[in-house]
Amino acid sequence: MLRGLAAMVSRAEPLAALEAKIAATTVDDTRLTTVPFLAQVGLRLDPDGPAAARLAAVLGSDLPGPNRAVAAGAHRVLWLGPDEWLVVAADGQEDSLVASLASAVGEDGGVIDLSSNRTGLELSGAFAREVLATCCTIDFHPRVFGPGQCVQTLIQKAGVLIDQRTDDTYLLLVRPSFAAYVAEWLLDGMLGLQADFSTR
Amino acid sequence: MKRLAGRGRINQDRTISFTWDGRAMSAHPGDTVASVLLANGIRVLGSSVLMNRPRGVVTDTMSDPNAFGQIGTGESSEPLMRLTQVEVYEGLTAMSRIHKGVLPTGTDTGRFEKRHAHCDVLVAGAGPAGLAAALAAAEAGARVLLVDEHPHLGGSLLGEDVVIDDRPAHLWVAEVEQRLRDNPAVTILTRTTVFNVGDQGAIALMQRVSEHLPEAKRRGRALRRMWQVRTHELVVATGATERPLVFPNNDRPGVMLAAGVRGYLHRYGLVPERAVVFTTNDDAYRTVLDLINAGVDVTRVVDVRPDPQGWLPRRARELGVEVRGGSVVMDTTAAADGALAGVVVAPLGGGETELITCDVLAVSGGWDPLFDLHHYLGGTARWDEQLLAFVQDNVVAGQRVTGAAAGIFGTTACRRDGHLIGLVAAEATGFGSATSGPAAPEAADVTEQAPADFVRVAAVDGDESHSFVDHHRDVTMAGIERALNSGITNVEHLKRYTLVGTGTEQGRTAKVNAGRLAADHFDLDFHMIGVSNARPPSQPVTFGSFAGRALGARFDPVRTTAIHSWHVAHGAVFEDVGQWKRPWFFPQGTEDMDAAVLRECAAVREGVGMMDASTLGKIDLRGKDVGVFLDRLYTGTMGTLKVGRARYGVMCKADGMVFDDGVVLRVAEDNFVATTTTGGAAGVLDWMEDFLQTEWPDLDVWLTSVTEQWATVAVVGPQVRTVMSTLAPELDVTQDSFKFMQVEDAVVAGMPARVARISFSGELAFEINVPTTSGLAMWEAVFAAGEPYGITPYGTEAMHVLRAEKGYFIVGQETDGTVTPLDLGLDWMIADKEFVGRRSLRRTDMLREDRKQLVGILPVDPNDRLPEGAQLIETAEYEIPVAMIGHVTSSYESAAMGRTFGLALVRGGRSRIGETIYAPLLDRTVAVELVDPIIFDAEGTRRDG
Amino acid sequence: MFQIRCPYCGPRDEPEFKYGGQAHVAYPADPEQLSDEEWTRFLFVRDNSRGRYAERWNHAAGCRRWFNVIRDTGTHEMVGSYRSGERPEDAR
Ligand SMILES: [Zn+2]
Repeated sequence: MLRGLAAMVSRAEPLAALEAKIAATTVDDTRLTTVPFLAQVGLRLDPDGPAAARLAAVLGSDLPGPNRAVAAGAHRVLWLGPDEWLVVAADGQEDSLVASLASAVGEDGGVIDLSSNRTGLELSGAFAREVLATCCTIDFHPRVFGPGQCVQTLIQKAGVLIDQRTDDTYLLLVRPSFAAYVAEWLLDGMLGLQADFSTR
Repeated sequence: MKRLAGRGRINQDRTISFTWDGRAMSAHPGDTVASVLLANGIRVLGSSVLMNRPRGVVTDTMSDPNAFGQIGTGESSEPLMRLTQVEVYEGLTAMSRIHKGVLPTGTDTGRFEKRHAHCDVLVAGAGPAGLAAALAAAEAGARVLLVDEHPHLGGSLLGEDVVIDDRPAHLWVAEVEQRLRDNPAVTILTRTTVFNVGDQGAIALMQRVSEHLPEAKRRGRALRRMWQVRTHELVVATGATERPLVFPNNDRPGVMLAAGVRGYLHRYGLVPERAVVFTTNDDAYRTVLDLINAGVDVTRVVDVRPDPQGWLPRRARELGVEVRGGSVVMDTTAAADGALAGVVVAPLGGGETELITCDVLAVSGGWDPLFDLHHYLGGTARWDEQLLAFVQDNVVAGQRVTGAAAGIFGTTACRRDGHLIGLVAAEATGFGSATSGPAAPEAADVTEQAPADFVRVAAVDGDESHSFVDHHRDVTMAGIERALNSGITNVEHLKRYTLVGTGTEQGRTAKVNAGRLAADHFDLDFHMIGVSNARPPSQPVTFGSFAGRALGARFDPVRTTAIHSWHVAHGAVFEDVGQWKRPWFFPQGTEDMDAAVLRECAAVREGVGMMDASTLGKIDLRGKDVGVFLDRLYTGTMGTLKVGRARYGVMCKADGMVFDDGVVLRVAEDNFVATTTTGGAAGVLDWMEDFLQTEWPDLDVWLTSVTEQWATVAVVGPQVRTVMSTLAPELDVTQDSFKFMQVEDAVVAGMPARVARISFSGELAFEINVPTTSGLAMWEAVFAAGEPYGITPYGTEAMHVLRAEKGYFIVGQETDGTVTPLDLGLDWMIADKEFVGRRSLRRTDMLREDRKQLVGILPVDPNDRLPEGAQLIETAEYEIPVAMIGHVTSSYESAAMGRTFGLALVRGGRSRIGETIYAPLLDRTVAVELVDPIIFDAEGTRRDG
Repeated sequence: MFQIRCPYCGPRDEPEFKYGGQAHVAYPADPEQLSDEEWTRFLFVRDNSRGRYAERWNHAAGCRRWFNVIRDTGTHEMVGSYRSGERPEDAR
């Protein structure tokens, strides 16, 4: 019986219901992609405390400062606040990440698995910045924002963590219950830009 | 007016057609509705709003007080559109409704977008000053956003015959535009109006994206786009508007502003048959010269000044125009349709009159700088005695006014000033240096003779009821005098009493004259009277534009749990709990809500039920001092909690009122998880952070929201152990091994899970927590394991009934921010220690014995269910007004007890248990017995199964 | 819409923040020692002045830090912001 039940175990992607609409919406090369099941680990510590140096050794880089993200090895560390970071890695890495980070932090902070707490949406392409401008107040102009920067802000009424990966690729990390709302705004922005683009 | 072949900035090779009041009109690309009407000989646009006077086009700009119409048909039809701005397209439908439109009542399906943008320097207006400012700022390196309401850059240059650097102005405009477009740091928005200026450089723009195109060419694009811009610096280069003169019958169609007349010539190739010009200044002579150059008969120039001797009047005389100094137009005559037929000219101060036939009277009473944007953040204005106009007085931080908007007239002077302001604005944002920037053009404008300080020609017979100050609102000189004679001494009062200056065009042609006339009336200096303030929006903005794309799924987040798809598939009816959709009940077959809830409650009390509890807030707390921290926030003690145990807690705000509640789990020595109410999750975390960061920063505590990390399935009822043993054979769920308020990590249905024995129903219950992505799988596993035992999914309504039977309150239902833990009978939860809000519990008002207290209620008729919110009174018979001593907070039908029951807050209720009070309803009065809040299973025997 | 400078994240639009009332009103160290009147004053009485005003904001959609802002209530000028624990003179 247990064996039968265990066979049913599967993980559900938060945006499964919107998958077709997401795949069908593009503006030229600009598209939205769901990135479910990322390993995400929350880090809390005093950056001037004893754990920071131990962590740097484990992470392979110093903890990034305000609004910055660093890629180190197989993971990426995003600044969330003066004593808070999020380590993002590929699916399946969460347990080993928690273990290695927790041993580095010890009693001088907190390490917590948050892999289900947010789901990913990747917005990429030449129009990505314009899509964001339809629903987000942050200035993503290359003069003031670029790869290696991240920002916690709002897409309209939903909180979002935006990590710029390349010149025209942004990873948005969103609470699962807000993911559909955020996707709907991005898709609608793409719809409007698509109409503009097709009449150029 | 008639069209001259080859003139104007329109494409006369192509013809397009549209309808005006159902009549087909012939137009050219580049025309506005106003220009086509004039070209088609339609001088009378419609009737004025109060006095039913025929009215026509006055000028070619947004300042026109008459040129309004209804555009479009059906639900996308829009009233009070500016005909001087609406570009014609094939198939356009326009209707004559000049001062009063009709609102469509259905749904407008047009697309209205919003866009966010950021820049260093935003330049409002692309005339000579704005273009020079934008270019200077951009070439200094600043990010520039240049905005203009016209389809093309150039501003006033579009309507003038001007030479810049020895070539036609449009070539200079084209060169500047090219340099701007080649600069990647520049964004140019045409057909765009700045309609508001907010704090910290928040500028709102309205862009006409596709509404000027035939519907077939819109192809899904937005009609309009509202831009919300943050800029460091705002350059106001919005130009100036010509001021009319007040004289009898000055509103006849054909009486136009002088610059408007030459605007129609240069922009649309339109000229009058015979024109007369009436002016107080030299600028109107530009119209004279341009009209003569176009072959028009300018019969007479009527100049208020006794001896106009400037360069421009002299040139007009040289071309054979009769210039009559010291004269005025004292009246006009009308043709059969009410439009202008002629003007009556007389010497200023009286004398022989002369009637001159003409179809257009071009009037100029001077120029008013347009700097409304400067007023929006408290900018002030002063009357300039030299210019005879209002100019900006103070400086608003982050804003600079330039060009004609700053009272600087003449193309060269405007370019020069704009250039300098552009450099200064760029420097203010960290780009370039205003003193070392490229040189500005030399000033070389012709000097003009001083204008006359003149507003109004009094009616000879004293009847001022046809001398119009405000065409749009039909305010006459008689109306202004009536208001001033009735004691009004303030222009803002004058504005509201007469409505002068309140028109859709913001009273641009009326406000200054109204102020002047008031000053003259009281024989005061003008600056004592001033002018009424400009307020945003500078042009009407539709509600659709403010809504933007926040429609349907984008209106508000609809939050759903990981299990939502299962609930939908199984017919759940949903309840909105904040932004969450929670299953309210799961009707089967033809069940109504009452039947479904009774069945669900019975299943939980008699068999086993399951509920999606994922929406409850969850906060992870880590650190050495979490126990201390929680003890300071909860009324009860949390620090003593053992690892693997859970405890219920209540929190108060500083005022002692219950704020939130939930269960706190200690999962490790330095790791707790606090659950909150569904609606309170974000607020509780912010509040905890507040105390942690600002009051007790020395505590070693780290807070993280994990609400969405975990999905929670509650499995409840006397048969739950059977289901749990099937799901988790390794987990010992017997009473001795898994006690009430115990927490265990276990493998459930093959998934690692955190299981807690927490009950919100009084029944034996387990809550299974798994990562959100596994929530649906866990739910399905529980359902499959429970199916042989008839496991029943239940919703929030059954949950509410079950908890009410046990007297458990719900934050926000039994509490409303005025209820203390003592009012709820939670004296036993007040630990002997300091916690937030404790001091409030012994304030005098908290100790009153007649405070409303939580009690249970049983209607004497067991089938009578009270409405929640019903008021409670002392007696069955009553006269209104009657003292209300309490109210019903919860009311249900109980399957377990076979009767109705409820909870209520009643004055001094706890000492009145056993008494009967009454609920007066519209159709009956219900007697209710006050009982202990715990109505069902008072001994708590069911909790352990 | 205000633009508020979070001392940690930089300038952001107002919807990212929650308002927290007058700054520098500490929770009393020993509430039990206060009279009803003193306690009531702490609970309910706040300045409501025109001009420069020190107030608390929480960067709720960002770094979740509570901090202080000096704002001119008459002109809406954001004079500066500073971290919890810093002094108004530190505002920038
Ligand atoms: Zn911040």
